[in-house]
Amino acid sequence: MTKARTDMDIPAVEVEGLRHTYGAREALAGVTFSAMRGEIFGFLGPNGGGKTTLFKILSTLMPPTGGSVRVFGHDLAHESQAVRPRLGVVFQHPSLDPQLTVTENLMHHGHLYGLWGRALHSRTRATLDQLGLGDRASDPVKTLSGGLQRRAELAKVLVHRPELLVMDEPSTGLDPGARQDFNTVLRRLREQENVTILLTTHLIDEAEQCDRVGVLHQGRLVAMGDPDTLKGSVGGDVVVIWADNPEDMGVKMRERFGCEASVIDGALHVEHPCGHEFVREVVDAFPGAVKSATFGRPTLEDVFIRLTGRRLWSHNA
Amino acid sequence: MRKQATLRLCLPVMTLWWREMVRFCRQRSRLVGAFVQPLLFWILLGGGFSASFRPPGTPEGTAYMEYFYPGIITLVLLFTAIFATISTVEDRREGFLQAVLVAPVTRSSIVLGQALGGATLALVQGILFLLLAPAAGISLTMSGVVAAVAVMFVISFGLTSLGLVIAWRMESVQGFHAIMNLILIPIWLLSGAFFPAAGVPVWLQWAMRLDPLTYGVAAFRRCLYLGNPAAVGEAPSLLLSLVLTVLFTGVAFVAATNAARRSAA
Repeated sequence: MTKARTDMDIPAVEVEGLRHTYGAREALAGVTFSAMRGEIFGFLGPNGGGKTTLFKILSTLMPPTGGSVRVFGHDLAHESQAVRPRLGVVFQHPSLDPQLTVTENLMHHGHLYGLWGRALHSRTRATLDQLGLGDRASDPVKTLSGGLQRRAELAKVLVHRPELLVMDEPSTGLDPGARQDFNTVLRRLREQENVTILLTTHLIDEAEQCDRVGVLHQGRLVAMGDPDTLKGSVGGDVVVIWADNPEDMGVKMRERFGCEASVIDGALHVEHPCGHEFVREVVDAFPGAVKSATFGRPTLEDVFIRLTGRRLWSHNA
Repeated sequence: MRKQATLRLCLPVMTLWWREMVRFCRQRSRLVGAFVQPLLFWILLGGGFSASFRPPGTPEGTAYMEYFYPGIITLVLLFTAIFATISTVEDRREGFLQAVLVAPVTRSSIVLGQALGGATLALVQGILFLLLAPAAGISLTMSGVVAAVAVMFVISFGLTSLGLVIAWRMESVQGFHAIMNLILIPIWLLSGAFFPAAGVPVWLQWAMRLDPLTYGVAAFRRCLYLGNPAAVGEAPSLLLSLVLTVLFTGVAFVAATNAARRSAA
């Protein structure tokens, strides 16, 4: 890690009381957080929770209607031009031109950041090699697989050596293997170059790989912390029980075991210090009533359910 | 040092311009749309009307194919501008332009790169069409060709800018057909490209007089006949046409820059 920069002590991003309204609709209702250098910070939340608005503001696409955002000490509302050269933005939709080759895309990007000539050529080649795209450099982007296109997208953004990456749902449309692969690349980038990464996601496994996670719900950060601490806030194991009549069964379980059971998407959710024993007790206590039951260590989705009373996705996915 | 600063300023404009060139060469269908379609219009409409329609306000013996020729070249320029416009809307929402918008470049250099790109493509196709002048019965002079090319460039830069004013305000391409049919095509129809102003009802004459493209078409027509001004017939004077065309192009470019600046994403 290179920690020798003079402004190293300033947080990469400081956001205070950030609000944004579209007409009468409040998309962000006072969001406050800060991200340190080299941190991977994920915003987890359902669609409509405010993630996209936050992304647009952090990526300098849109000025906030209230509150303040400072990136490397610069106020985004007035000094976005000072921030932009140090910022790399990965959009949810690809920003690669499919008609152009991978190298051509990277060269155009470099030109936009004031790089040219031999310096840009060698930077482009180095970045492609770094991301393992060297042998696809002169292929048109449209011939690449989804996973490789995503990696090329990241390569493009890295051409100008940004210190902060802001990414909107970066692994959208990737299969689990490609997603894992993309994540490894991000971690390596953080280790090697101390890049700060802010990303939005609605995928649990993507969020769990972040150093810290902020849970966004209805324009507010309802929780923030490292994934383990957040998961620790859920008591013990999470037991999920499917029954023919979950509401009724919830009442009975409360009477019998004195535990809090909530019905979410037709299934009973119970927090219990010892999941496997509880499952056996429930099955014994209500013979024939339990269709199926699972238990496990809490995930960030369980944290989200505990905080908001609903699942991240409204349908079982 | 000074050279480096200039290069840095021109770099985004150049790179966006170059991208338009490369993309065009890799999308053959665009060439068909912007060149072959007007060619068909010219042959079919020009040929079809030539028997029944002697353009009034032109010297005796001017065939409709000849009258329509500068008009159809203007349509080539217009089509190219429309293509540039549609691709901008898509590009900005989910394509390459997203990333350009967060790069440390000014919106005016983005618009300049786009407008120069669109204008260059239009110009190349316009020049190809210019080779058909003998088929239209027009004998070009060297100075006429140079002047006509210069005017074509100004017109296509202006039309692309006009398209960009619309593109930077639009959220999706859905509404674009309405705008194309209600604004861009009428601008062309009323410009004297399709029929002359002589003899049309007064209200229509006024509409034609207020259409900025009227002066572009007139300037272009006068340049084609630079060696033989009498053959033009009734049309606004060259000086007036040139001044208004340059003015229109300048206003359109400033408006496009403003639209781009106001656009959040």
